[in-house]
Order: sequence, then structure tokens, then C-alpha cells
Amino acid sequence: MLSLKSLTKTYRTGDKALVSVDIDIPNGQVVALIGPSGAGKSTLIRCINRLVEPTSGQVLLDDVDVTALSSSGLRRERRRMGMIFQEYALVERLTVMENVLSGRLGYVGFWRSFLRKYPQSDIDEAFRLLDRVGLLAMADKRADELSGGQRQRVGICRALIQNPALLLVDEPTASLDPKTSRQIMRLICELCQERGLAAIINIHDVALAQMFVQRVIGLQSGAIRFDGPPDGLSPDVLTEIYGEEDWQATIRKDEDEDTEAAVA
Amino acid sequence: MPIEQNADGLKVWQKRNRREQFTHWASWFIGVAVFVVCWQQISESTTWFFVWDAPRIAGDILTRATPPKWEYITQLGEPIWDTLNIATLGTLLALFLAVPTAFLAARNTTPSKTFIRPLALLIIVSTRSINSLIWALLLIAIIGPGVFAGILAIAIRSIGFCAKLLYEAIEEIDHKQVEAITATGASRWQVMAYGIVPQIMPAFAGVAVFRWDINIRESTVLGLVGAGGIGLQLSSSLNVLAWPQVSLILIVILFAVVLSEWVSAKVRGAII
Repeated sequence: MLSLKSLTKTYRTGDKALVSVDIDIPNGQVVALIGPSGAGKSTLIRCINRLVEPTSGQVLLDDVDVTALSSSGLRRERRRMGMIFQEYALVERLTVMENVLSGRLGYVGFWRSFLRKYPQSDIDEAFRLLDRVGLLAMADKRADELSGGQRQRVGICRALIQNPALLLVDEPTASLDPKTSRQIMRLICELCQERGLAAIINIHDVALAQMFVQRVIGLQSGAIRFDGPPDGLSPDVLTEIYGEEDWQATIRKDEDEDTEAAVA
Repeated sequence: MPIEQNADGLKVWQKRNRREQFTHWASWFIGVAVFVVCWQQISESTTWFFVWDAPRIAGDILTRATPPKWEYITQLGEPIWDTLNIATLGTLLALFLAVPTAFLAARNTTPSKTFIRPLALLIIVSTRSINSLIWALLLIAIIGPGVFAGILAIAIRSIGFCAKLLYEAIEEIDHKQVEAITATGASRWQVMAYGIVPQIMPAFAGVAVFRWDINIRESTVLGLVGAGGIGLQLSSSLNVLAWPQVSLILIVILFAVVLSEWVSAKVRGAII
């Protein structure tokens, strides 16, 4: 459903963030994008919804060429791509409900959104989503009163209320503690499964990625170095992506998985 | 080079080397010398007789001004109300004009950095650089004396101040929130209403109340040039040397300013 064809981004400073990247993601597949800082992970997912303009190449979302769209066409396609951010990127001074409803901005007109007169169906859906992530009681709180994990749940609701076909997830767990990180990753993956969403998840934590996703793509200096199942991440592969290091402790082992299941 | 090696190979460190030390002391010496010369110049062109006489004159005016002419207060109600209105309406008008100017001037929201931004900055600088008394003099010549000229003078003078503080607030917003709203497929105006406006609301409230507070003080003197308000009474009382009236007017002004400070502190505390 999503395919990137020789996507390239060169910043004005001359930095090559992406060098001819080709990726095909079928419906409903959850992909983890790993790689060292500065490998171009953030640039890659921002090129898909054109928060960053790619220099060349194509982004095809169900055969619509996103890179060729006018600004109104782009807005329409952005509705189909929900985005979840590293530091939540909620509008801090608005309430949880307003933040969730802001996911509908692409569907309602300016005055309706300005006066907060959203259609009842949107409001019903917002309540349903808040209930699903366990934040129904928080609907009327201001976003900056919430804890990190709660804020990220609101961010997830905001992305899902767009009714997207694809989730772009930028380091969802980077500012969360280990337990909350797992809960958030589990929630994202469960929701993708429930709704049949494809997702690209940028993530630093290799072990966490291996635990939840079906496919891992390793990026280094803007080029793909690995593309395969999570079990294929051998020390050699990780060395190629990140550089020399003792990788034995990082890679998930089967026993770990068993204890994991027991705890869960 | 503050770090040097002496003969024994020991590294020594000083804040300044000899040359920098010399320039440092030389600039202090020149500074003090200029100050002394200026002092002498001012002293020579002062008529010292008036200065020695000053305490006696001041004491004289003080005895004439006390006690204030309390019954005069009946005539001050309307002028002080005018003054408050000039300040409040002027501030509202200024904010109304300052918000678009600020959005045009902020680097991250301006439609064009090469054409519109310099224009907006020019508006900000030019309105700020002229005192409200001078704006009032100009406007009285154009639209005649009265409260309206005062309101416009206050408004024009305040645009630059408000717009400058607002555009700095706009430039300092968290870009990630804007990015997140953009990613939902929101239009340009929706991004502004959801991504930017909530972030600058505290700054806006602070600027509005702060400028209102300043404008109360500025509008008390506008009457001196005929632009309405309590300054009118002040200037006519000064002209006829009615010192007891002057002292009462000053007390009323002081009272109004204290009140405005109190209100603005309360409002700022409530909003932010």
C-alpha cells in the first residue's frame, strides 16, 4: 500500500539524509526502522507526509503519488497518514479532548474547528478512542497535566481519529520509562492489528523493536543496510548498521521471550 | 594567549596577557577622564545661584500646595474617567492592529521574508520610536483636540511595543506542536488556530495588561497638549499657579496608577 521509489533527500547544507531509498510495505504490516542517530530515520518518515520535502523520488500511497500533489491534495492525503511523535507534540494548553479532536482538522472547516463545533460522530469516536486507551476520565484535563505515557496515548488517539490507513511513528518511546515504553509499543501494535493499519515505527531500542514487529529495516547514512524479519538481526548485521560493539546482550533471546510472556 | 610556559616548562594561566591588561586599564583611564571633563563642562554652564536657591523654592511650592484643595475633586471625576477610557480603548485598538503585524513580522509565520517582514518591522520600529505626546500633537493638528486624538495617539504608540513582544513570542513557540497539527491535514488557518495561537495566549495576555498599565500613565499627560483627560486640568492649574489643585490632581493620578498596577497584577496572575 505504501511504496517508496528511490526516495532521496539532500538538505540545503549538502547533507545527504536519504540516498535512493526503496521500500514496499503491504497492507497491515508493522515495520520498525532502526539505525543510529542521524541515519535519516526521522527524515524518512517526514518525507512520506511531506513535512520534509523530498529532493527526488516518489512516495506512492495506494497508487497516489504524494510527492506530486498540490497543497490541497496533500492535505487530503495527510488525513490518511496518522503521525505519532517522540515528545508527544500535543498542544499543551488545550484539553485532552481538543487534542484528540484536532486529528479531525483535515475533515472539518475552519470555523467549525475554531468554534469547536465538531460533528457528533467525531465526538463519539473521540470518546471511544479515549476509552480504548484508558483515558476516558482525563478528557477534560489540560494536556500538560498528564504524565508522559498518558500524553503519548492521547497522541495515539489523535492519530487514529484521522481514520488513517498508515501510521508514521517517530520514536514513540524515546522519552518514556522501560515499562511505559513496552505498554505504548504494545498498544500501537495491537491497534494496528485491530484496524489493519500499516505502520512505520522509528525506534532506538532494538530489543523492543524485535519484541513487537514483523519486519525490521536498518538504515545507516541514509541507505538501507538490512531488511528482514526481526530474527535476522545478527551481531554482524547490527555491526553493519551501528558500528562495532558487543551485540550479544542486545539481541533478544528465546528465553527472554518466555519470561516476558510469564510476566505479561 | 593567556596560557604560557615559563622557563621551567611550567604552564601559567592568567585571565589577560600583558597587552590585554594594558588596553583594559587604558580604557578605564579614558572613561574616567571623559567623565571628569563632562562634569566640568556641565558645572561651568550651570547658574549655581538657582541651584543653591532650589530647596527654598521647592519648600515654598510645597507650602503653597498643601493642603490640597479637596473640594476640587468634584471637577476631576470626568477627566480621570476620560483618561481611563483613552488608555483602555487605545490599548484595545493597538492590540487589534498589533496581532496581524506580529504574524507578518515573525520569521516562522510571515508570508514573505524579503518583502512583508521588513515592512512589518518598519511599522513596529516607526510607531515605537515616536513618543505618544508627539503623536498626540500631530493628531490634534489633523483631527482636532479631544479624547479621540488621545485614543489614536495611545493606540499608534502601542502597536510597535505590542507587536514586537508578540512576534518574539511567536518565534519562540514549540515547532513540534505546529508540525503535529500540520500532519493531520489541517489548513494553514487551522494550523494557526490550533498550533500557534494556544502557545502565544499567555504572552498575549501578559502584553495586553502590561501595555494597558503603561498607557494609563501615558494618557495622564496627554491632556497637556490638548488630547483630553486629566492632563488638561493639570496644565490649566499649572498655568494659573493653582498649587493646591495641582497637588490634588497628582494624588488622583497616583491613585489611578496604583489601581491599574493592582488590576494588571491580578489579571496577569489569573490568566497565566
